[in-house]
Amino acid sequence: MPTTVDATTNGVPVNASWEDLVTSALLGTDRRPLRAEDGAPVGPGELLDTAALHTVRRRAALRPATGAALPEPAPADPRPPLPAAARRRLAQLLADRSAPPSGGRRGAAPDLTELIPQWLASAGAHGYRAPAELLPALLDAARARTDLRPHVLAFAGPRGLWLAGLNPEWRFALRASSRGAQRPGIEDPEAVHGLWEEGLFAERVALLGAVREQDPGAARALLAGTWATERAEDRLMFLDSLRSGLSGADEAFLEEALADRSRNVRATAAELLSALPGSALARRMAARATTCVNPDRTGGAVSVAVEAPHECDAAMQRDGVVPVPPSGRGERSWWLGQLVEAAPLGVWRERFDDRTAQELVMLPVADGWAGELHAAWCRAAVRQRDPDWARALLGAPSTPLANGPGTASLAERSKLLATLPSSERALWVAGFIAAHGLSEAFQLLGVCSVPWEGPLGRAVVDALDIARDAGSYPWSFSGVMGLAERCLNPAEADRLAVLTTTPDEPEGASPGAGGYWSEAFQRLVSTLRLRAAMDAELAQDGAE
Amino acid sequence: MERAPGTAPDTASSDADRAAARRAGRRAGRITGGAQELDQRLADLLRGGLAAADRPGYGLWEETAARMVDAQAPGLAGRVRELGAIPDSGPGWPGRLLEECALLRLLDSAWLGRDRLPGPLAATVRTRVGLTSSAEGAAVRDRWLVLAQYDIPDGRIVTRRTWLYGRSSGRVSLLLSYGAPGRAPARALPVGTVVDAEVTSYPGGGGLRGELGPQFGEPLATTAPPPGGTTADALAAYGRALRDDPWLDAWPATLREVVPAPSGDGWQLVGAADGSALPVAPSALSRPGLWKLVALSGGGPLTVFGECGHRGFDPLAAWCAGTSEDEAPSAAVALT
Repeated sequence: MPTTVDATTNGVPVNASWEDLVTSALLGTDRRPLRAEDGAPVGPGELLDTAALHTVRRRAALRPATGAALPEPAPADPRPPLPAAARRRLAQLLADRSAPPSGGRRGAAPDLTELIPQWLASAGAHGYRAPAELLPALLDAARARTDLRPHVLAFAGPRGLWLAGLNPEWRFALRASSRGAQRPGIEDPEAVHGLWEEGLFAERVALLGAVREQDPGAARALLAGTWATERAEDRLMFLDSLRSGLSGADEAFLEEALADRSRNVRATAAELLSALPGSALARRMAARATTCVNPDRTGGAVSVAVEAPHECDAAMQRDGVVPVPPSGRGERSWWLGQLVEAAPLGVWRERFDDRTAQELVMLPVADGWAGELHAAWCRAAVRQRDPDWARALLGAPSTPLANGPGTASLAERSKLLATLPSSERALWVAGFIAAHGLSEAFQLLGVCSVPWEGPLGRAVVDALDIARDAGSYPWSFSGVMGLAERCLNPAEADRLAVLTTTPDEPEGASPGAGGYWSEAFQRLVSTLRLRAAMDAELAQDGAE
Repeated sequence: MERAPGTAPDTASSDADRAAARRAGRRAGRITGGAQELDQRLADLLRGGLAAADRPGYGLWEETAARMVDAQAPGLAGRVRELGAIPDSGPGWPGRLLEECALLRLLDSAWLGRDRLPGPLAATVRTRVGLTSSAEGAAVRDRWLVLAQYDIPDGRIVTRRTWLYGRSSGRVSLLLSYGAPGRAPARALPVGTVVDAEVTSYPGGGGLRGELGPQFGEPLATTAPPPGGTTADALAAYGRALRDDPWLDAWPATLREVVPAPSGDGWQLVGAADGSALPVAPSALSRPGLWKLVALSGGGPLTVFGECGHRGFDPLAAWCAGTSEDEAPSAAVALT
């Protein structure tokens, strides 16, 4: 590039470098004039003309630079591409996320953002590869919403991770990546060992979880190899990974962990062992529990006699019984609860003349111990994942909340429900809603599998219909409405269409409620139709 | 209307022509007045020094721009307003301000001397100053590939820019249409389709701007990118275009087989074959389209269409080869 240019403004050549021109222009031609070849000062016009010549000449003479180092290419992703319609749908969902409709009320239009998790799960189940041009929007979405991250990262795959490495705003993806594609193949024992020995804590937790899924024994061996040198809080997390795939083969390792220095580790080991009804710990707890809880056959009918423990000895503490109760609880009932919770449920049948769980929870309990005993049985049923006991403790769904055999707590009931097969779960919740309405149902609906099965869906819709007829506003039910939009079977849309009309307002109704209900049902129906369309798009074969 | 009652209808059109010519003459006179005033103001600025423009509360640009609006020279007004942003544009601003002041002076003196300019250059100057003209070149019928389309908010109106590539003629044409905010300016041509249509170019500006004439049939989807060149080809084309229009900031170009690569605070497009590179224009660095481009490349070569100029390369659309042998190349991905 030439640094000087001859310009012949007014016939007089101005021979000056660009730097000189800038200096004179910056300070002013009055204060810092340039001189033309004939020695005359260069005026502002001539200066600008010379600068214009410089500028255009430099622009016309631009040449490419020498390129920087190229980034490492992204690893290949062999998954098939999305069908074209599904690709357009995803772009639409993501665009709606970044530009939500203005105004607070949602009106009758579906809330697309709420459908992103479902779309991602569905696309993931089909095994599609994410379209490259949508990766930035996907990563932005996952950055804003942590609940989307696992699905987004799985869908984004190796290229998403590669891209995240180039933009600091997406660093979260690298932190979470140990769950994703960059983990060494667990079929490669050397790589697994390398990562286990040297990886970051999060990477090691993820690795242990993945190995456990494939080969529970290998995971236990991995953990046992470094157990003595791990920090207490890490031991706790690692031990927790053994929860999945737990079996009798883990017993020896867990039994050893009962002697751990950390109280939390000991407690977790005891909890895991008590979930193995055949374990020595479970037998020890059974022996303790059955000294406390026994059939009482005096006076013809059988009842349950309870004699809570009088002490919490060292052996009990070693088996995970916490000696000091939380404030406000008596220590004897606290110990009893822990013993019954950790004792295998099968022991009660033996003890009570082969009575079933159903029969056992109906037996009268002496001295006001019923609440304590049944609550402990609930915890045991959840821990041991025993559907017979869960069923017995849940009782009939129509039973008034306070009179149930097991627990009045909705959280405990949700846990019990989770041990039942999914269709039974749905039926139970449907019965519950039919009897008690929607106001208490939210938590229970959360454990039902999606899409909701027929009877459950009908129960929810009927209950919404009843709530509308009662004249209340729909936003009292916005939680359940939102769930229904995401969880009802899309096939219900046609049956629901009749509810979208604005009904005559019943007497005593809140003013305008009818219109809001019809709007809420319109949104429900349009969301269901949209979900049906999304599923159909993902099921199509091949891309455009 | 100034037409006297009773004038015969057949003379009405020539009356109207004369009136239009009178109006055009009056407007040219006002612009000339504006250009002279602008020339004077630039000279005063240079006498006192550009350093004054960096002082807080400096109001010369807005005031001068308003004077140019009064003079009915929106092109001059727009350039003046853009000068106002340069002192805040980071290190090196005095050089950039001098460049733009120099080009502004070049434009106003070109207007004042337009009678001595060759026809196409005079047309360029008229357009740059802000006079509207009509597309009057020969209509070119071709199968036009829609390369890119995007809207730029510009004060109260929205300018829609649509880039076309003629499959047979090899010409690139830029369609401009305007609309009120919130309303689509003219109908959208989908990116990645081919339209059989006539395009007529406007005078000046290297014949880049065109007007879409009659269309023959519906747009057809295609995945084939336009043929591309090297980074050096793109810069050479910009350099050639400056001969017809020295005020051009950029010229359209298609780059073949380039890889986006991070470089310092910015990005480059690096030729996969020769390692030569163009910086990505600063305006594109903050757009989401840059990350689409990077994602699409996956570290591999792409075909990229964009505008190449003294500020760098502004990518507008990209095509990537199929990721495996049995896959067709991807459709155009808009980066705007």
